[in-house]
Amino acid sequence: MSDDPATHSATFQRVADIIAETADIERDKITPESHAIDDLGIDSLAFLDIAFAVDKAFGIKLPLERWTQEVNEGKVPAEQYFVLKNLCARIDALVAEKAAKV
Amino acid sequence: MRLEYFEMIDAVVRLDRTAGTIEALARVPTASPVFEGHFPGHPLVPGVLLTETMAQASGYLILAHLGFERMPFLTGVDKARFRSFVGPGATLSVSAKLEHDGSGYAVTKAAITHEGKALCDAELRFRTMPFPDGLDAPMRERAKAIGLLDLAGLSGGVAP
Repeated sequence: MSDDPATHSATFQRVADIIAETADIERDKITPESHAIDDLGIDSLAFLDIAFAVDKAFGIKLPLERWTQEVNEGKVPAEQYFVLKNLCARIDALVAEKAAKV
Repeated sequence: MRLEYFEMIDAVVRLDRTAGTIEALARVPTASPVFEGHFPGHPLVPGVLLTETMAQASGYLILAHLGFERMPFLTGVDKARFRSFVGPGATLSVSAKLEHDGSGYAVTKAAITHEGKALCDAELRFRTMPFPDGLDAPMRERAKAIGLLDLAGLSGGVAP
């Protein structure tokens, strides 16, 4: 296993498990540096299934539509959302944001 | 039900936008070309049409939930189970519950019963998108015909 701290984060472990189960991808191939689309070959429909599982697991609502729009308009590189360590950081931020509202 | 036109829901009898639930009726016609092939001499409503019926009830629920601002398109059917047979002339009770309102997608659980007996159930997934050109008006017209707009309180508030 990598020494990258992101590899050991609970969020990454959970997200990687979800991706492996939902998209039928070998768990060992999923790393914090993996790009969900370019490296793991996850298509938009499969990503919706993953989003549903992530939403349920973390009690959040991934803003997929806003992300997609920002990427399509060239405002944000896709890596910011779809490389797993970045995705996990955004999940952590959404969880913290939700906890702060309670 | 007009099976050949894929108009599966005849009437919405209950809608709770807060709880995210819908109940509807679907009356199976006494005759249809569908029954000539499925099956000759032993007419049964095909499971794929029961699935479509659950999807349409779910779709109307999502339309109401989103205030008719986006159109749901079926993207997935999970855990579908067909527990009994049903044939011509039956009145079906269709129910659906919104399980999750995601960003650009929605998930429902739906079921159909006949005379109190479980007929089928499934978990359904939808992508929700802006209405394609020309589709919003006929969807609203159909929703009005089956009583959805009135139950949703949208009869006077939905732009044409």
